[in-house]
Amino acid sequence: MANAMQARADGPTFYVREEEHGHNATMLGFWIYLMSDCLIFAVLFATYGVLGRNYAAGPSGVDLFDLKLVALNTSMLLLSSITYGFAMLEMARDRMRATLGWLAVTGLFGVAFVGLELYEFSHLIHEGATPQRSAFLSSFFALVGTHGLHVSFGILWLVTLMVQVGRRGLVEANRRRLMCLSLFWHFLDVVWIGVFTFVYLMGVIR
Amino acid sequence: MSAATGHAETGARAETHGSRDGHHDEAAHGTLRGYLTGFVLAVVLTAIPFWLVMAEPIADPRLTTVLVIAFAVAQIIVHMIYFLHMNTRSEGGWTLLALIFTVVLVVITLAGSLWIMYHLNANMMPVHAHDARTMP
Repeated sequence: MANAMQARADGPTFYVREEEHGHNATMLGFWIYLMSDCLIFAVLFATYGVLGRNYAAGPSGVDLFDLKLVALNTSMLLLSSITYGFAMLEMARDRMRATLGWLAVTGLFGVAFVGLELYEFSHLIHEGATPQRSAFLSSFFALVGTHGLHVSFGILWLVTLMVQVGRRGLVEANRRRLMCLSLFWHFLDVVWIGVFTFVYLMGVIR
Repeated sequence: MSAATGHAETGARAETHGSRDGHHDEAAHGTLRGYLTGFVLAVVLTAIPFWLVMAEPIADPRLTTVLVIAFAVAQIIVHMIYFLHMNTRSEGGWTLLALIFTVVLVVITLAGSLWIMYHLNANMMPVHAHDARTMP
């Protein structure tokens, strides 16, 4: 009898504890997803590191890369990171309109980044530096293209969340989603540090 | 007796949970000061390597490469701390453990690929001796 009472008394605490853990587990789970994404980029970086100097008598990084454009692109992504941070700060203060405003600014910087990257790609392809030209260009387009694709889907996710926040407000579920996207967005900026360092800057150093 | 211990334990757990949620909130949103510090550091750590490569103030390309990589590593750490809010406490240390595990895997992937393919290149393609030497 006493045991049964004790079991009943302990039982509910156990389930409540699990529920609380469920909320935190989302962030941890999303972080582990990001780490697996990091491994995808590691493989692409390794591929670029191995193939990045095999030009097949075609153009090399020195001939192709415009560092001013890359610097502009980098600043777009960095600015979008800080404006997403501002959106998170406004979310913490329960100000929905300001949150949506900063999210919109973040999205515009993201669109500018993808736009500049597409301009660069079309310029390269126009000059004959297509992915099938050399191993260097194949691995370049695979690595930078995968990053650009991530940013594009990040923008899609951002717009989706803006619509959801606009319709439902800053409810708990939307806050959690915005925190996940925050990790995703800042993570992409970290990957971009690797891209501009290993691909663009080290490709131009002679 | 055992019930009392059980309750004490529950209380202690609830407390750790409470404090963890506190950190969690702080970690999730950060502070204005934190974001601005991170942004200024990131801008400086981006501008210097671009300047090193574009203006070429250092004649030795190998030294420039080492410096550029060092700035990239520093900037990644800045982003991790100020934007991704990494610390030893978030999620009870599990995010940091996952990160360390991933970093180990990334280093093995990158170093292993470059090392093995460098030797394959050097041993099997004599015409690429020059290319192999200048590989990153």
